[in-house]
Amino acid sequence: MINAETIVYVAVAIMMLAMLLATVRFVKGPSVVDRVVAFDSLTITSLVIISVIAALSNRMIYFDVAIVYGLLSFIGVIVVAKYIQKGL
Amino acid sequence: MDTIKIIGAIMLVMGAFSLLVAAIGLLRMPDVYNRVQTGTKASTLGAIVSFIGVGLFKFDSWSDGNWIGRVIILIIFILLTNPVSSHVLMRAAYFMKVPLWEKTKVDKLKVDIDNNVVKEPENE
Repeated sequence: MINAETIVYVAVAIMMLAMLLATVRFVKGPSVVDRVVAFDSLTITSLVIISVIAALSNRMIYFDVAIVYGLLSFIGVIVVAKYIQKGL
Repeated sequence: MDTIKIIGAIMLVMGAFSLLVAAIGLLRMPDVYNRVQTGTKASTLGAIVSFIGVGLFKFDSWSDGNWIGRVIILIIFILLTNPVSSHVLMRAAYFMKVPLWEKTKVDKLKVDIDNNVVKEPENE
């Protein structure tokens, strides 16, 4: 019988690998927009990891952390884009 | 009940694979615009599939909480905001005059600027 939590740990390992690759782009990126995109990708991956942590530790309040973090990330990307575009 | 948990975990693995493909695309694409395209589309799909997987993984505790409601709120939120932020970011990159890839064939925003349909943002 396969344990379901083992498969979840494998999924979290793959997500950590994805975060590592996005961090390489965040360090290398030639322009500002590259870094913002890499940071956006890091944010979405960490949203998923936060929700997995909420499911594994059986606490519903961590899911609210994920929702608020997603909201703040959206606002941050919009503000950076407006600032680049000389609109702020 | 255990079968549904295993299905949710497998959906988490599929979403994690899609997020990995998004990160590989961020590394390998030649251009800022291609990177924005790849990173946003694939990571939106991966996040949505992963959230459905988390919801199925906590299927047995739907009765004593609001797991399903929060999962649906988060999915709708990601689905609404992620394309908007990528669009705004790519437009800002275009007006910042980040160079396009040398093999780019079509540039419709330049045609619109030349025909005075779209104006470049002014410095305030």
